[in-house]
Amino acid sequence: MKPFDLATMPDFGLNWLDASGPHSDIVLSTRVRIARNLQGYPFSVRAKPSDRAAILAAVREVLDRTSPLADGVIVEIDQLDARKQQLLLERHLVSRELVGESGKEIPSSAALVASGHEPVGLMINEEDHLRLQSLMSGFNPQETWRTVDALDEELGSELPYAFHHEFGHLTSCPTNCGTGLRASVLIHLPGLVLTKEINKVLQGISQVGLTFRGLYGEGSEVIGNLFQVSNQTTLGKSEEDLIDHLQKIVGQVVDYEQQARSVLLRDAPNVIDDKVWRAYGLLRHARALAFDEMMNLLSGVRLGLSLKLLPGPSVYVLNRTMVFGQNAHLEEASELSLSASELDIQRAKYVRTALAEAKPSVGL
Amino acid sequence: MLCDNCGKNEAEVHLTQIVENEMTTLHLCPACAADKGLGAGSSAKNPPLSDFLAQMGQAAISDEEAAVAGPCSYCHTTVDDFRRTGRLGCPHCYSVYETQLRAILRRIHGSTYHLGKVYVPPASTGADRSARLGGLRRKLQRAVEAEDFERAALIRDEIRELETAVDV
Repeated sequence: MKPFDLATMPDFGLNWLDASGPHSDIVLSTRVRIARNLQGYPFSVRAKPSDRAAILAAVREVLDRTSPLADGVIVEIDQLDARKQQLLLERHLVSRELVGESGKEIPSSAALVASGHEPVGLMINEEDHLRLQSLMSGFNPQETWRTVDALDEELGSELPYAFHHEFGHLTSCPTNCGTGLRASVLIHLPGLVLTKEINKVLQGISQVGLTFRGLYGEGSEVIGNLFQVSNQTTLGKSEEDLIDHLQKIVGQVVDYEQQARSVLLRDAPNVIDDKVWRAYGLLRHARALAFDEMMNLLSGVRLGLSLKLLPGPSVYVLNRTMVFGQNAHLEEASELSLSASELDIQRAKYVRTALAEAKPSVGL
Repeated sequence: MLCDNCGKNEAEVHLTQIVENEMTTLHLCPACAADKGLGAGSSAKNPPLSDFLAQMGQAAISDEEAAVAGPCSYCHTTVDDFRRTGRLGCPHCYSVYETQLRAILRRIHGSTYHLGKVYVPPASTGADRSARLGGLRRKLQRAVEAEDFERAALIRDEIRELETAVDV
């Protein structure tokens, strides 16, 4: 295991940005996480600092023997400054729970482990002792699940998990017990939003055991037409069934989104063309951008790319801009603490540069 | 962004809901959110599902039952703790509150039976292994049905490995 050093690994945890996965013009990423707890310790909510330290030590001890993680990186959260903690949160590599809620003390012995060669890792001493997770580009539930499953098999053969013959894997919150599995996709649905079909679709998915959230998970708002869709229940179905179900339903949502986009192109081509190019123009030239505004404009450009109304930049550049245009990333890059208005100026500057480097050919 | 309700304070709580096919998003400051019963910084103070769970806990666990169940002999979590936080304290709580949890799990998941992978702890017994073999055979069946032969081959190897281990 190596220590975490952002200077030598600036793109830590960001393999999914490359848009190499299936349908990555619509589905940005697929995430699968499974919750596990160790036998013999209280759950995190009741754990004493000494329990938490013992759990971290027990996991650390087996990491070097675990093939996906032996060459990996371990990040002890309380050794990071607040900005770097926030940066990991912005990359969706850690949860709010792991880095401590705002204003609360950082939980002791909390850590993030990430593989050096695979998009897989785990959080230690989160709401559950272990949260194994994988994050991949595009719409790829099966492979993402298999990657987490392989890690689970290895860790579970070394560390005794709390398992019940009837209830399955035991978790602190009964909403996670059984498989402990939550699979989610981050999906871009501007077509359904513009054609006002989105509510029907969201209501539909909630009737078949899936749920949706905003960009930053539970309780966050939907911005930039990005929705996180995931399974709602974890008990009573096998892992494969949960994954297949998500695959099937989200596949349908992708189809609906494509149909909505065709309708837009057929019925309002000039409006869409104008919307896309305006979004691009604003991103290229604005001098101050609030985060929400940036996300909404990026949504327009992303739609334009997918409809081939814009020749560039690539989906990779858009994904990257979305991550590096967040507050902690801007502060980290400038090595300054910035006020809200300074952040907006810095964000506009960052976006201008990023898009200028990936300029589409003019004359269209 | 300012609060949609009072228009004075910075909005910190964002509530997206769908009512009769209409999606609405409310941006509220902590004070107005608290007035609307959403709880100031609710995600910070209470785990997001705790209210929901607490309500279910109250409905599913009668006061008579609460009086006889728990506290957990291992971590001392009481029924009230669970009602309040929506969190159990340790694996043993699942045995202490088994009856009550069964009702709650049925309401959350529609089932109480784990149908996923059967876990075999590192120092496993023969019984664990046969349960696991059953699980693997089901998995193999599914892989074959899905014509995922690469995965089927891996599962078959795993089954062979386990079968040999049981014989020893």
